[in-house]
Amino acid sequence: MKELMLGNAAVARGLYEAGCCVISSYPGTPSTEITEEAAKYDEIYCEWAPNEKVAMEAAFGACLAGKRSFCGMKHVGLNVAADPLYTMSYTGVNAGMVIGVADDAGMHSSQNEQDSRHHAIASKVPMLEPSDSKESLEFAKLAYELSEEFDTPVLLKMCTRVAHSQSLVETSPRAERPVKTYEKNIAKYVMMPGNAIRRHPVVEERTRKLQEWAETAPINRVEMGGTKMGIITSSTSYQYVKEVFGDSVSVLKLGMANPLPVKLIRDFASKVDKLVVVEELDPIIENHCRSLGLEVTGKDALPMEGEFSQNLVAQKLGGTVHTGKALSDAIPPRPPVMCAGCPHRGLFYTLNKNKCTVLGDIGCYTLGAVAPLSAMDMTLCMGGSISAIHGFNKALGEESEGKTVAVIGDSTFMHSGMTGLANIAYNQSNSTVIILDNSITGMTGHQQNPTTGYNIKGDPAGKIDLEQLCRAMGFQRVRVVDPYDLKACDQAVKEELAAKEPSVIISRRPCALLKYVKHSAPLKVNVDKCVGCKSCMKIACPAISIKEGKAHVDNTLCVGCGVCEQLCPVGAFESTGKEG
Amino acid sequence: METKNIMIVGVGGQGSLLASKLLGHLLMEQGYDVKVSEVHGMSQRGGSVVTYVRYGDKVNSPVIDKGEADYIVSFELLEAARWLEYLKPDGQIVTSTQQIDPMPVITGAAQYPENLVEKMKAAGAKVDALDCLKLAEEAGSSKAVNIVLMGRLSHYFDLPEEAWQASLEAMVPPKFLELNKKAFQLGKNA
Repeated sequence: MKELMLGNAAVARGLYEAGCCVISSYPGTPSTEITEEAAKYDEIYCEWAPNEKVAMEAAFGACLAGKRSFCGMKHVGLNVAADPLYTMSYTGVNAGMVIGVADDAGMHSSQNEQDSRHHAIASKVPMLEPSDSKESLEFAKLAYELSEEFDTPVLLKMCTRVAHSQSLVETSPRAERPVKTYEKNIAKYVMMPGNAIRRHPVVEERTRKLQEWAETAPINRVEMGGTKMGIITSSTSYQYVKEVFGDSVSVLKLGMANPLPVKLIRDFASKVDKLVVVEELDPIIENHCRSLGLEVTGKDALPMEGEFSQNLVAQKLGGTVHTGKALSDAIPPRPPVMCAGCPHRGLFYTLNKNKCTVLGDIGCYTLGAVAPLSAMDMTLCMGGSISAIHGFNKALGEESEGKTVAVIGDSTFMHSGMTGLANIAYNQSNSTVIILDNSITGMTGHQQNPTTGYNIKGDPAGKIDLEQLCRAMGFQRVRVVDPYDLKACDQAVKEELAAKEPSVIISRRPCALLKYVKHSAPLKVNVDKCVGCKSCMKIACPAISIKEGKAHVDNTLCVGCGVCEQLCPVGAFESTGKEG
Repeated sequence: METKNIMIVGVGGQGSLLASKLLGHLLMEQGYDVKVSEVHGMSQRGGSVVTYVRYGDKVNSPVIDKGEADYIVSFELLEAARWLEYLKPDGQIVTSTQQIDPMPVITGAAQYPENLVEKMKAAGAKVDALDCLKLAEEAGSSKAVNIVLMGRLSHYFDLPEEAWQASLEAMVPPKFLELNKKAFQLGKNA
């Protein structure tokens, strides 16, 4: 049947059709929908793991037990899971195992723009790279074939444009597969030096065989056209090349990013006058061509940064560039903002007011860095806030202890905040950690996590108690505040910063966008009382603006959280009385 | 057929995903090759969002570039103006007249430009502007702005009414179907 399908949904469909039985993933844009869509198939066990390393190890365990497995993550997640990946390359698999990784060129929702192909090369794990939904489905299935034929995990690399674009796919029924009996094999699966030494040559030999396979694999495809220019390309870049040049140039479309073919590329290069590589991010294919002694145009013409597009490819390589007419007016930017009623707002207002140094983390709350809240000094990676505050306070001692906090979301804390907290408890820095518990993984679109009490299907699950956890780690000072209550927030922050021992503040209120959250009636401004002092503007609520010198509340956005009301010196905010 | 391009622009959370799903279904059912490119993740949080819908005999790129859009469907006036450069010289804008202040305007760091419809027309764009929020509320929900816009857009397509209705039925949950059918008609007949 023909269907219009999101690239990520097509991967999920491919996993389903290939008989995948176990999926363990951690959400991350642009990879999240693979696992969300797969969870809709009852034949597949799906879960959100606390982090990508745990997810990959769980998926490895499932493939070792004899069932096809998958784990999905974003590009930076693969850094977290790199440890098992590099050694799974040595052990190989029992049943097939596929690892989905989604890069985010253009950083639509990421902290860096790293190119996952480096991990494939460095771990010596084969990587497939689809260019649309049809290939996403087909390559997911092919990945399992390769995994079992060559005894290796296989990486399936998505990028934002492939992951989040819908295109047509042909679906087929699921092929159930017999369980591959698990057989004890110490030499293969116990990676201690004596065994690993014998496995490394196996890996090198496998790469040689995979490279041979790549020379004639149908997914590495030559499309001969005009021979003045020959373009080697892959992923979404292939689509831009075809859009601009059609059949006027020759194209070598690579569906396998690692290992890259040699003879195929040499042969293609010999048939064209000029060889060009079009690839987003780093010059992986280009450097491979150079290592073969081929003269090639690549990053000397095309950028290393950001996403490509048809106009960019046309402009750099001599195609037709389209132009349109812009207005001469300055169009104010519209950056993402914390939602109206976001529980993080009150807390960040408090941190700003107390002039705290804030070591931040990854999530919606990173928007706390945006003016006028501007309450963040650093954001690095998942869990980095807690580890960094420890180092910060060890370096400066009392000078920083009384004014520095770490902020981290509930899901991020479960991901990799706990180990940092263990370091504070163990090596005793006088640090104040604030867990922003909004009872969901927010930024990636509301995924459950170990603190929410629900699993990926929304069914009741185990629930980790944050207070008990922190106390068990040795924190005597653990307190919970409601971030809608500015006075309580202010008191908690002041007291915990003043305390002469490490402490944890749990700022707890569910995300305002959660369906089960009941909102209060929207507020309105009594314009007779409002003096236009703009005190309420300090919290950057998208529902509040100034109209004719007075505050105005957009009642379609306001959820009646009342944070603005607490800032108003004249009591101008009033309830509309209409429950939202 | 040469590839046609529709951009759907607005503010994160306004419902552009349903509009693009509807168009994708409609055009696929007409036998076209279709690609729809969406925005997920951080930019959704009240930021400027854009969805690309492309259809034709064979569609390659999933995105629409400057000077390529046959239609820009906009939920918000400033967003129509922001993406104007993506319109083809003879392209059509269908926009709601709703204005949502972005944060720099709210904080006073920038001004919301005035007379945007006139300015876009002066720049050579064909602009069909209507108060979709009012029509959506008339249909029964402010959330139906997306379907009001689809009703309006249907004017510019040579497709039978039944095709649009069939896609509405396929994409909208049954309990909201009547409301959305009404929203579609209000947009169409406005």
